[in-house]
Amino acid sequence: MSRGKVNPWLWVAGIVLLATLIALPFGLSFSQREVAVLLVINVLLVSSYRLMTLTGEWSLGHVVIMGVGAYASALFSKRLGVPVPISMLLGAVTAGAVAALLSFPLFRMKGFYFLIGSFAAGEVIRLIWKYFTNPFGGPKGLKLIPGFPDIGPISFFEPLPYYYLCLIVVGMSLFFLYRIERSRIGLTFHAIHWQDKLAESVGVNTFSYRMLAFVLASTFAGLCGALYVHYIGTINPNRFDVEEMVFVLIWAIVGGTATFYGPILGVVVLTVINEVILRALGFDTARPMIYGFILIASVLFLPNGLESLVPKLQAWRTSRRTAPEGTPASEEKA
Amino acid sequence: MSQAILEVRDLTRTFGGLTAVNRLNFSVSPGSVHGLIGPNGAGKTTTFNVISGFYAPTTGQVIYQGKNVSGMTTVSLARIGLIRTFQGTTLFKEFTVLDNVKIGFHGSVRSTLIAQVLGADREELAAIEKQADELIEFFGLADLRNELAANLSHGHQRALGIAVALAAQPKVLLLDEPFTGMNPEETSRMMTLVRSVRDRGVTIMLVEHDMHAIMGLCDKITVMNFGSLLTEGTPQQVRTNPKVIEAYLGSAIDAA
Repeated sequence: MSRGKVNPWLWVAGIVLLATLIALPFGLSFSQREVAVLLVINVLLVSSYRLMTLTGEWSLGHVVIMGVGAYASALFSKRLGVPVPISMLLGAVTAGAVAALLSFPLFRMKGFYFLIGSFAAGEVIRLIWKYFTNPFGGPKGLKLIPGFPDIGPISFFEPLPYYYLCLIVVGMSLFFLYRIERSRIGLTFHAIHWQDKLAESVGVNTFSYRMLAFVLASTFAGLCGALYVHYIGTINPNRFDVEEMVFVLIWAIVGGTATFYGPILGVVVLTVINEVILRALGFDTARPMIYGFILIASVLFLPNGLESLVPKLQAWRTSRRTAPEGTPASEEKA
Repeated sequence: MSQAILEVRDLTRTFGGLTAVNRLNFSVSPGSVHGLIGPNGAGKTTTFNVISGFYAPTTGQVIYQGKNVSGMTTVSLARIGLIRTFQGTTLFKEFTVLDNVKIGFHGSVRSTLIAQVLGADREELAAIEKQADELIEFFGLADLRNELAANLSHGHQRALGIAVALAAQPKVLLLDEPFTGMNPEETSRMMTLVRSVRDRGVTIMLVEHDMHAIMGLCDKITVMNFGSLLTEGTPQQVRTNPKVIEAYLGSAIDAA
């Protein structure tokens, strides 16, 4: 883990990225703007998922936890009349609280067993939504969920203002996630992933750190759900089924989970492929099939994810700069 | 003799029908290097795992600083200064030497989550990094500070393993076969290190097969055979004890 002085180029890249993100919706059609809103939410979803994977556990319940945040925020605002911005935070907290409860049975398991256990826990939650028509609305879910309140002339019913709202919320959340990873807590998460027995021998309570990672990841997933539900205005249990979870997994795997930006790269690239290229070709209904192909191709040809291209690209650029004659210098040394 | 810092009383541990440790008694005096030896299958590692909280004793007690700690978890034992190391080179191999030692300082961190996220723990981090650097220096790893642990030589990895344990501020350090797989030069370097750790005021208990290292290091040796105490004494007493020779080599008649 290299931490040190910030490369000035990183600042330039950051400012360019920020400008692009702000200008982006003006180059998009109305429906593409809606996709952009969902994309921003999904960036946080897959990034929060990565925080969880730092401790070495992969969950199949993350999308359901997002749903917990969505349902909770929807019910707080619709049934109890809580103002939407506050209900969103309450939704996130509820998702974190549910994760804290689930920690006790789930973290008795590790690896594959945890994966299956998290899937089962997620399905139980989904069955609860389906079975209890009051308050969850049963299989049809909830409708007419209040939207984000207008601020002066800005209506968050429109995708453009909502895009900026999501950008701010997600940006702040990503900063938080990034700081956690770079702090001692992040180091401890990694330590538990690689050698949990050794970590315990120097006094690291692995259970509480696994729980911490799960609760933090779930809180942000819940926030994603809340951002989603007050934009779409309706939810049902099938929105959070295992197929959606598989998409999150594919974003994370195709992007790579070794770096902070890997999963973000994955979700952005795959969404662009899906929405721009496939839609233009009239292929977009074949998303699961195309995603399946992309997953297989990336596992075969890019086992470390899209993120592994970044250092290769950097090495290629420096080798071009140092050897302008075009001699193929240390390209492999990425 | 001063009061024992670590004591095992009537310790028994069974696995199903197998009695791995049978009514074992010994005590470790503070500031000493205490060896636990015995032929293969004598129950040394089981004893070690019970003391360090990996297993609970079936019957009997482990007394640490006058307090019964039997059945406490490894984590809570680590918090009160009873730290173990592992056989082989168990390290965070994907981390640098520095990050390995920093994890060892886990128990010293006081900053809250929010403080760590906001970067308000800079002073504490710097203090820990300074202490970590001192330890790295102490173990002769200063040149390798930013190297990945996986890239170190075997001897350096073992030294780092002890550095990580020492970072956790042990009062008693339990070393599990620290000399296995070392060449004579590495062994003698490690012996010097163990002595200097003892000189820092840490009581050391070690399980080991390397007789040269054991005899050269230990103030007192406990010998186990078939799960029970065989004998106990100074290296000189143990070396010349016919029961020990018999346990290791078979009886004089067999040998003849």
